[in-house]
Amino acid sequence: MANDQHPMNTKSTGNLGAKIEYEKYLDCVHCGLCTAACPTYLETGDENKSPRGRIYLMRAVTDGRLELTSEVRENLELCLDCRACETACPSGVQYGRLIEPFRMDVEQSDAAAGGKPSWFQKRILHGLLPDRKKTRRALIPARIMQTLRLDRVIESVGLVRLLPEKLQRMFKQLPRLEPRSPELPERLPAIGPKRATVGLFLGCVADAMFRQTHWATARVLQQNGCEVVIPRNQACCGAMHYHSGADRPALQLALQNAAAFDEAEVDAVVVNVAGCGAMLKDYPEIAHEIAPNDTAIADPLGKLTDKIKDISEFLSELGPIAPTGEIKLRATYHDACHLCHAQQIREQPRELLKLIPGLELIPLPESEICCGAAGSYNLTEPEMSDRLAKRKYGNIMLTDPQAVITANAGCSLQIQAEMRQQRQRIPVFHPIDLLDMSYRGVSPV
Amino acid sequence: MSVDEMTTTSESLPAILDNLREIVGADSVLSSHEQLLVYECDGFVIEKNTPDCVVFPETTEQVVAIVKLCNQHQIPFVPRGAGTSLAGGCLPVGGGVMIALTRMRGIHEVNLRDRYAVVGPGTVNVHLTQHLKGTGFHYAPDPSSQGACTIGGNVATNSGGPHTLKYGVTVNHILGAEVVLPDGEVVQLGGYLAESPGYDLTGLFVGSEGTFGVCTKVIVRLTRDPAAYRTMLGVFETVSDATQSISGIIGAGIIPAALELMDQGIIEAVEAAFGFGFPLDAGAVLLIEVDGLEVAVDNEAKQIVELCEQHGAREVRKADSPQQRDLLWKCRKKAFGAIGRLSPSYCTQDGVVPRTKLPEILKFITESGARHDIRIVNVFHAGDGNIHPILLFDERDSEQVERVLRASDEILNRCIELGGSVTGEHGIGVEKISFMNKLFTAEDLETMESVRIAFNPLGLCSPQKMLPTAGACGMEHIERSHPARKAAL
Repeated sequence: MANDQHPMNTKSTGNLGAKIEYEKYLDCVHCGLCTAACPTYLETGDENKSPRGRIYLMRAVTDGRLELTSEVRENLELCLDCRACETACPSGVQYGRLIEPFRMDVEQSDAAAGGKPSWFQKRILHGLLPDRKKTRRALIPARIMQTLRLDRVIESVGLVRLLPEKLQRMFKQLPRLEPRSPELPERLPAIGPKRATVGLFLGCVADAMFRQTHWATARVLQQNGCEVVIPRNQACCGAMHYHSGADRPALQLALQNAAAFDEAEVDAVVVNVAGCGAMLKDYPEIAHEIAPNDTAIADPLGKLTDKIKDISEFLSELGPIAPTGEIKLRATYHDACHLCHAQQIREQPRELLKLIPGLELIPLPESEICCGAAGSYNLTEPEMSDRLAKRKYGNIMLTDPQAVITANAGCSLQIQAEMRQQRQRIPVFHPIDLLDMSYRGVSPV
Repeated sequence: MSVDEMTTTSESLPAILDNLREIVGADSVLSSHEQLLVYECDGFVIEKNTPDCVVFPETTEQVVAIVKLCNQHQIPFVPRGAGTSLAGGCLPVGGGVMIALTRMRGIHEVNLRDRYAVVGPGTVNVHLTQHLKGTGFHYAPDPSSQGACTIGGNVATNSGGPHTLKYGVTVNHILGAEVVLPDGEVVQLGGYLAESPGYDLTGLFVGSEGTFGVCTKVIVRLTRDPAAYRTMLGVFETVSDATQSISGIIGAGIIPAALELMDQGIIEAVEAAFGFGFPLDAGAVLLIEVDGLEVAVDNEAKQIVELCEQHGAREVRKADSPQQRDLLWKCRKKAFGAIGRLSPSYCTQDGVVPRTKLPEILKFITESGARHDIRIVNVFHAGDGNIHPILLFDERDSEQVERVLRASDEILNRCIELGGSVTGEHGIGVEKISFMNKLFTAEDLETMESVRIAFNPLGLCSPQKMLPTAGACGMEHIERSHPARKAAL
């Protein structure tokens, strides 16, 4: 990152890390078992870019032993927040609850020191992406271009290079957009004997780009005897705001979601995007950090979080009704970090996929290593993001797949973009896309 | 040479940094204070010292050039892998150049028919395991830190692990190595064959804790995967009954693949963490695994059940499914993480006693805990007498810390008196250097010193490790202020 954006670079560190409960640092016994689980350490071999190293750095800054210089900053910014280290840690260190509040402090102290958010943060990260209607409208020109194949022309004659670098990357990340599917209704009935009433969480970017997966999720839930409720007044999960330092706006969105789903009186709130699910499950911790002891915030958020289930987690608890449509496909499954590490959900999606007749699942080497998407990371840390995308691509190709399956919108975009770069036509599916096709007896090809 | 003479890097450092950047590239040298801080210690956090710089070579030639440069300027250097040492093996005593081998992690060759693999020293142990999955072969040493530790580090410390009881420690699985000697010369030790004629220099090199040079390639032996295994959990009223059973099993000529003991304190923590269904009122449990041919394992398992029952086992449970086995192993391998539920801080000791002395040392540990008013729990590799008493305390209470240190020393000294040693698998490093002259006579130490001098005459390579060198910087006299808090064993 350019240093000029950081007025705090060489100044004293103030009370950075003050939001962190100090006891959480002490959980780390410095054993180093996390290192080999960390994608950026795997790539660089540098301990400054490992979880143990980053905890050491954050603690040193908090203790006043070290200033937050540009080098320290770079090492902390390079963290994907994939939380693979939490899976590896035998001492139960909550790494996410260290790096996230620490970053929040950094963002806020930068702002207090007069640093302005970049146009990209303001317009795209905060202004556009978290709003599903705006994102959808912004994608209209892209849809038209894709229909007319103008996008390929722009790319092939190099016009894309006229765009600012981050927009170039967004352009490259853009998937083949499905034909516009209609907005989901507020209520869809259960098919067969009713087993539960569930809310469906839509999110922002996902609803704009992957609405077909929302439809698939709703249909799969209906097939499994669930009445599906989709409250109109639900909001973005707030992860993008929170991760870029806007904690109060994030909290506001959290409360809006809590109110929307509370009104709907559902048994569970189902999420099909791993990143959103992880954020929704973290609401109480985040609220505790931002507004400690405020029960008016903590209570509704706790109530919502208790109901949050990833779609695969929910179906596996409910007991899925096996689909019968054959899908003859050799595929491999990539574990989204925010599903396997942040939510510890690994077996459930695989179990669901095994229900599909004809589908052959080949184990993916390093399936739990981040693909480099990591929310907006692919826009903010392009070099490392690309390295990890190539690493993931190499591993995927070892399985000689006809399709890749992953349960997170970001991973899907990243892997699709890398496939296009490598001139491969291997499609990327959400597990629910395939399950839905099997129920409907249609073929993905 | 004394360390005072060696630590002259401050004047020559800028010139050396330029040379190092020429050797490995500017991106592969760390030299600023904030980049070096994380390299001031490894898994042993009591002694700290930052190196003057860290370099990341990727080839043997680069390692040679770095080592020759250090010789030219008389600067100490120390190799480092993942930095999981629990004994300060990677501590850069006297500063100098730290050679991080983490980018030399290629798996160069796998030869299943001749049963060897050639790997870089920075290869993570578990990455080799994953690479070999499905081939029917594996690399046997599996320290509990295998998810992070490197093969190079395993070679340096001659690492163990739960399965060393049957399969042997690292030295039994290293066929050869390419080594950059402390003067920069490259030598090949051993080779691809199981037996090489001449002195077993590979055997000498393994376990030398970085004092004989920098290993740049390792030829490891591959072992055939067992066809079948049976995993059992013996439940005992007392620790003594459990340890008597261990002697009974080994005495009957059965060598289980693993034989691990957890006492009541650990059972309580592990049960809270993983909910396996351990009986909370049991004095101890034994995790026993046998492996081998399908036709043999049932018979061995039956014998073990009978032996445990003869020695007063309340019951012996069997893991009926792979899932149950995995959960049982998870309880064992992650036991240390669960200790956070018992106490804010802990310190683990690594002692060895002859197997028959296990009841005695465990009784002593209990008494020592009572004497110093420190709660001690146990989880360890019982089969080979390698104990890991875990002392629980609060590090913010300095008086308690003192008591922990006293109890630790008492236990380790007792291990020596019982004919054992002060380290089973973590190495001497800097942590246990003061015990060396209790374990060995002056003559023994002189002999070891003369071997070191043959490899490392100037003492520039990993200075002040392993041997309490007379007249040196006096590391052996450093009083510890805090006990180590260790997780990975």
